[in-house]
Amino acid sequence: MRWSYLIGPAALVALAGLVGSLFERSTEIYFINTLVALVVVLALYLFVGNSGVVSFGHVAFVALGAWTAGVLTIPAEEKTALLPSLFPWLAERQSGNLVSLLAAAAVGAVFAALVGLPLMRLSGLAAGIATFGVLEITHNVLRYYEKIGPGTTAFSSVPETTDLLQATIGGLIAVLAAFAYQNSRFGRQLRATREDPAAARAVGISVYRQRLLSFALSGAVAGFAGGLYVHLLPLTTEEVYLNLTFITLAMLVIGGLTSLWGAVVGALAVGGLDSLLAEAENGIGTFGRTIDLPAGSRIVVVGALMALVLILRPNGLTGGRELRLPRRRTA
Amino acid sequence: MVGAITWQAIADGLGLGAIYALMAVGIGLVFGVLRLVNFAYGQLIMAGAFALAVAAERGWPRWVGIALCFGVVLALSFAMERLVFRPLRAQSPAVMLVATFAVAFLLQSIALLWFGPLGKIAASFAELNQPVTIRDVDVRKITIVAIVAAAACLGVLLVLLGRTAIGLHMRAAAMDFQTARLIGVDANRVIGAAVLISGLLAGVIAVLLTVQTPLVTPDFALRDTIVVLAGVVLGGMNRLLSATLGGFAIGFVSGLLGGALPTDQSQYLPSFLFVAVILVLLVRPDGLFARRGDAVVQRV
Repeated sequence: MRWSYLIGPAALVALAGLVGSLFERSTEIYFINTLVALVVVLALYLFVGNSGVVSFGHVAFVALGAWTAGVLTIPAEEKTALLPSLFPWLAERQSGNLVSLLAAAAVGAVFAALVGLPLMRLSGLAAGIATFGVLEITHNVLRYYEKIGPGTTAFSSVPETTDLLQATIGGLIAVLAAFAYQNSRFGRQLRATREDPAAARAVGISVYRQRLLSFALSGAVAGFAGGLYVHLLPLTTEEVYLNLTFITLAMLVIGGLTSLWGAVVGALAVGGLDSLLAEAENGIGTFGRTIDLPAGSRIVVVGALMALVLILRPNGLTGGRELRLPRRRTA
Repeated sequence: MVGAITWQAIADGLGLGAIYALMAVGIGLVFGVLRLVNFAYGQLIMAGAFALAVAAERGWPRWVGIALCFGVVLALSFAMERLVFRPLRAQSPAVMLVATFAVAFLLQSIALLWFGPLGKIAASFAELNQPVTIRDVDVRKITIVAIVAAAACLGVLLVLLGRTAIGLHMRAAAMDFQTARLIGVDANRVIGAAVLISGLLAGVIAVLLTVQTPLVTPDFALRDTIVVLAGVVLGGMNRLLSATLGGFAIGFVSGLLGGALPTDQSQYLPSFLFVAVILVLLVRPDGLFARRGDAVVQRV
């Protein structure tokens, strides 16, 4: 086990948190956003990076985690007014920040495991489309089923507890989880199936079981990220849908699909660029301009960058390799 | 799910099924030769629809609008092939899928910047939305036009694939690209032909879809593409026929249910649809209409 594989990514996350704390609140929010997106990217990496199977469905777990944490933390006395059609057993309950985050992770894991039970038998294109189906179904149900959440309206009165410190700690936890998994025997077995499924089977690895385990684990991290999201801003179903799927996939691909270092570098690089563009638009732009203009132009740049990286460096900025510190040579 | 399945709903289903079948062919043709699932196909259609909308706004004659639509779609198709597909040809299909996902978002956000989120109205064929009454059933003219146009396109394609040299080459390339090249099939020519035909189909679909929904927004045809992709996989990606049948089936079912279900149920239509798709994929991962014993080489 090479500790530099952990220390590099973790140090980068901590650095992002530290640098963010130097700024005032209006700039700090970009750092918080990026760090929460990083957690989603790490969830995605945990499954996609280790298994080599593309998933478009992870944002569904993020959404479900957000719904869980959001519904749990809205003050009970406001809940009857805000969400009148909620199930009674949900309406009575109220919990603190930490409990809601843990519950979000648990719900993410359970949902991913349930969904994975049938889906992990698929591979290739069928798996891609089926995970997309999971995203569509989840989005559709959360949008219209008002017994479990706000439906088409935004979450309100959720305590905004995701500050820079919490986002940084969240990022570090996710890095640690991804590192621990990929160094465990399960992570190594899954990576073996990624490299050569037939050879992996031949030495007795169950591709199905390893993928399922990884899927459930990444569901937990994604649910946790959703919990962080809902405590950050008044969330709607549209924020945890195609755009988030795109941007997090872009982050992972730009950084390098197959390494933890790549996931972290990609998330922070793209997040930083995205924030810079947003800030530049705000700085230069007059208030007369429409808000949709900068929102669109950021995605143009990120999309172009993603296509460019894929064409020029298909393995991502890091080449899909972990960080290696230069070693002191012993004479 | 108790609803009235009327002739009306069946007509709607057939119309949507016809359009989705064409989209499935457009996606399936390129998949055949490149093993690449083009996620950005819907954005080609969107670009064509915006061309129609701009032409309508300026008051240009219809044929100019249609010419502009086809011009834009074809130019974009070839640009996409040259700039994205070709450099990535040697990459794994997973990388290609993600790349076309990126292109889709790129085109959509360019449209957002250019035309704004509210979109434009392409109303030059509005009178095709008028219904004609056939035995007490009101059928919109566009439904009939869509079915006829789809049948015509598929007929021409059938002749092209079955009776011409380039069609033979395309079929050979779809079966085994490497071997086809070894016996003298020109790779770039075959891919060019597939991109051309798929682009032409996108133009036809753009015209048909703008009549059905004249409001063109940056996410025009995005939902349709997602559903058609599911349909294509559902039918079976490895043969053009099964992919087309899958596209038609999913279009027919969603058109039928969309018309037959009351609103409080039809809002969950995407869920029903995708649950059905996932269930089918579990039972038949190679697709509903795939031939048994087909050697399946899926490399995504």
